[in-house]
Amino acid sequence: MNIENLVKMANDIGNFFSAEPDRTVAVHGIADHIRRFWDPRMRKAIIAHNREGGVGLNELPRAAIAELDNEATLLREAGDG
Amino acid sequence: MALRDYDFGTPPSQSDKMVTLEIDGFSVTVPEGTSVLRAAASIGIHIPKLCATDSLEPFGSCRLCLVQIEGGRGLPASCTTPVAEGMKVCTQNERLAKVRRGVMELYISDHPLDCLTCSANGNCELQDMAGAVGLREVRYGYEGENHLKAEKDTSNPYFAFDPAKCIVCSRCVRACEETQGTFALTLDGRGFDSKVSPGQNQSFMESECVSCGACVQACPTATLMEKTVIEKGQPEHSIVTTCAYCGVGCSFKAEMKGTEVVRMVPNKDGHANHGHSCVKGRFAFGYATHKDRITAPMIRKSIHDPWRVVSWEEAINYAAAEFKRIQAKYGRYSVGALTSSRCTNEETYLVQKLVRAAFGNNNVDTCARVCHSPTGYGLKQTLGESAGTQAFDSVMKADVIMVIGANPTDGHPVFGSIMKRRIREGAKLIVADPRDIDLVKSPHVKADYHLKLRPGTNVALINAMAHVIVTQGLANDAFAMERCEPASYEKWKAFVSEERNSPEATEAITGVPAETVRAAALLYATGGNAAIYYGLGVTEHSQGSTTVIGIANLAMATGNIGREGVGVNPLRGQNNVQGSCDMGSFPHEFPGYRHVSDFETRSQFESAWGVTLEAEPGLRIPNMFGAALDGSFKGLYCEGEDIAQSDPDTQHVHAALRAMECVVVQDLFLNETAKFAHVFLPGASFLEKNGTFTNAERRISPVRKVMPPLAGYEDWEVTQMLSNALGYPMNYSHPSEIMDEIARLVPAFAGVSYEKLDRLGSIQWPCNEKAPNGTPTMHVDQFVRGKGRFMLTEYVPTQERTSSRYPLILTTGRILSQYNVGAQTRRTMNSVWHSEDRLEIHPHDAEQRGINDGDWVGIKSRSGETVLRATLTERVQPGVVYTTFHFPESGANVITTDNSDWATNCPEYKVTAVQVTKVTEPSEWQRQYRQFSEEQRALLEQRSSAAG
Ligand code: SF4
Ligand code: SF4
Ligand code: SF4
Ligand code: FES
Repeated sequence: MNIENLVKMANDIGNFFSAEPDRTVAVHGIADHIRRFWDPRMRKAIIAHNREGGVGLNELPRAAIAELDNEATLLREAGDG
Repeated sequence: MALRDYDFGTPPSQSDKMVTLEIDGFSVTVPEGTSVLRAAASIGIHIPKLCATDSLEPFGSCRLCLVQIEGGRGLPASCTTPVAEGMKVCTQNERLAKVRRGVMELYISDHPLDCLTCSANGNCELQDMAGAVGLREVRYGYEGENHLKAEKDTSNPYFAFDPAKCIVCSRCVRACEETQGTFALTLDGRGFDSKVSPGQNQSFMESECVSCGACVQACPTATLMEKTVIEKGQPEHSIVTTCAYCGVGCSFKAEMKGTEVVRMVPNKDGHANHGHSCVKGRFAFGYATHKDRITAPMIRKSIHDPWRVVSWEEAINYAAAEFKRIQAKYGRYSVGALTSSRCTNEETYLVQKLVRAAFGNNNVDTCARVCHSPTGYGLKQTLGESAGTQAFDSVMKADVIMVIGANPTDGHPVFGSIMKRRIREGAKLIVADPRDIDLVKSPHVKADYHLKLRPGTNVALINAMAHVIVTQGLANDAFAMERCEPASYEKWKAFVSEERNSPEATEAITGVPAETVRAAALLYATGGNAAIYYGLGVTEHSQGSTTVIGIANLAMATGNIGREGVGVNPLRGQNNVQGSCDMGSFPHEFPGYRHVSDFETRSQFESAWGVTLEAEPGLRIPNMFGAALDGSFKGLYCEGEDIAQSDPDTQHVHAALRAMECVVVQDLFLNETAKFAHVFLPGASFLEKNGTFTNAERRISPVRKVMPPLAGYEDWEVTQMLSNALGYPMNYSHPSEIMDEIARLVPAFAGVSYEKLDRLGSIQWPCNEKAPNGTPTMHVDQFVRGKGRFMLTEYVPTQERTSSRYPLILTTGRILSQYNVGAQTRRTMNSVWHSEDRLEIHPHDAEQRGINDGDWVGIKSRSGETVLRATLTERVQPGVVYTTFHFPESGANVITTDNSDWATNCPEYKVTAVQVTKVTEPSEWQRQYRQFSEEQRALLEQRSSAAG
């Protein structure tokens, strides 16, 4: 998946939750959204990108993706065989 | 189904108070305000009449319906005389008969007596009345002055106007005013000289007429007549079905001669349209039998090979083998399917079932992705259900109507007419739209406030309205605190109260003067029942979901939800947008909007379908394109959807389609997507199949087969064959069995069945034990999610900004006569009204660029470039240009970008930064497109049958 596009999508989601005064709620909201709406191959790609420094990712989505990274069990071998 | 409806003569009275009277010795009790004519009709006494009909207010001009009332003077017209307690009416006696014969004699003396060859023969009220009054001679000759030589007007492609036959009953004039609200017809002159004409003695085509056909339907003679009836004669039977065009979902009687449709007549008992229609539904059905229909399956190895016509069996087996080969090579998740909002509920349900059960993944999406997915998301998050809250009729109880990002008179014409009627009755109107849509100012309708905002700033505007409502103490705190989550309400109030959300602060963003926003907010919050109607101008933005949430917040904060006359009302684009979403044609949701990760729901589907189901969400349409270019998505089954034309950033979409190894298209025509296909499975038009559509008010209406499918199969049968070939058995013998399965698995559909639909006509879901006949108004006592939830709606400007290179904002829309990608309407005479997409540009911007009306202009964005002709108009504001996307060669989507809604990836069709320049030739893209299209047309023409 085009990583720039995924970064943009993650940042867009982050922007919606940026109005939330409680940071934990915001990070959780972003993580939950990505978990519920992104195909695993997209989640896998953004997590990998984040592990490599996450160029272009804003602070809130970055924290949310880190949260997803911890739930490694959710990831299946998708899209690559 | 009876061909002709019973006509009560005048509309029903809404009064609860009952009145008893006597007509010809029979006692009858009717609501106060009922006419004597209607009261008589209700007990089977037919008083002769000509100028009255029950869809229109009575006019009292023909004097045929005279009656005698005991103790009264003279002979009053029964159509304009209301009933009174104890009244004694006589409808037939010698005196009345004589007067009526006299009236008829006068009519007939100025009427051509060519009944035997007249198109209305057998269905003419003038004939009927001559018979009813016993007319035996006409004493006045034809020598005197008459209208028999009046010229015919055949300018309208669908109906003819033959004034020689006009009896000046004015039913057409009233239909145009009352039913349609266009005021295109006038009744000029008095007495013998009076005549009906469109506009100021113009032809129909030159006039304001929008060709809705209401006048044709109302005309009691052959004066206004469908050309198809003139050509083919009167129909002999009729079948009730549902329009396949827009989200209003009008009910129609298909009037038939054998298996041929003679005309479509809107159904008086239709719950969405009450006997009205627009030009598309009534007249634009000819595409179903157009010569471009492809009626035999075809396959080819590469998109540069000629098509090979094959048997159904071979085509299905080939497609199944390809999908299996791809999955074996690239994995289970490398294939998927798309359904369309033009598919029936049953078809959509079956395709998503095929994907989940036969493909074994969740890669299924629908074109609602690109139109109303933010509605589903936003309303589910706030109110708890992904659907509009009201019935269409609810607007008749609204005091304030706010229309935002919708153009009902063009996009949802029949609902637009109902809305206009309510506005003529005095409801106030707020329009938020970058353009001067018709509602802003049209005959007898004027917006109280037009918030002419810049494209892409809806959220800032809604926040500003909320700011005024909260800071001025106009919110309904009692409602919000009791019905909604109090903590979310408090948080939201604090957020919108921030100074940066005030109308003064947002004026620089939206371009709407602060005082106008304040006045509109005051009206919305305090004007009585306030209802919001919105469309794609809300959803097709990078903040589409945020605006939907903002709208729901406004309705909850002011208590405008949970009863008639109020609510949050998405106007769905295509006919079955609601249904395709309800049926689980989403990569993350099972039918009934339940997430695929939900264990309980999944188990229920697993045991019903006998397979293990995937718990992770699949790919959405734009993600499928991304994955295709990435090499992880290789096969697509696409039913009824034309992604190659309708989706944004055309070049990207075309590249993705070329990257796939097997594209299966099931459609009526070789559409744009089919040019990239390897398997073509011929589809059936709505006239050729059974099923149901669900309109924008959650109304499930039957679609009935009126002719056999041209290619031999209904679409659901094709999906079933494909599933069987893939190894997952499906054995339905009729769509009603599919609906029965839906009813078993989707709680909101628990009470729905074909038997009930036949009985009730239509049903608004939820339909279950608690609401066996359906639910017109939602969230009455509590929200579907329990407590309503306020959410914060930060305004985030779109990344699509104007710059010195791209200084103008392009926004897109649609018009009345064409439908979506135009595959159907372009194949009808509707193109008379709109034969090309044009670019609307403000004269000021045009002048700066040396552009004149009609010039070819290049429109360039960061994505691509195309060329259209310019129309100079002040309907658009300076800095904004506008176009439609009904013609593939226009390539309107070549210029739209891949920006999309943050929550749902719904593309941002409504905002693209562009530059416009005068040019002399088509764009490079258009040249390539033409070349490719010609190649594909040739490959179609070279198609060979398997034998040859
Ligand atoms: S077709 Fe419709 S708009 Fe045109 S004149 Fe008749 S009623 Fe009016
Ligand atoms: S055109 Fe038909 S409806 Fe109109 S006034 Fe003449 S007869 Fe009546
Ligand atoms: S297109 Fe819409 S408004 Fe027109 S007839 Fe069909 S459903 Fe009704
Ligand atoms: S029907 Fe009553 S006056 Fe014509």
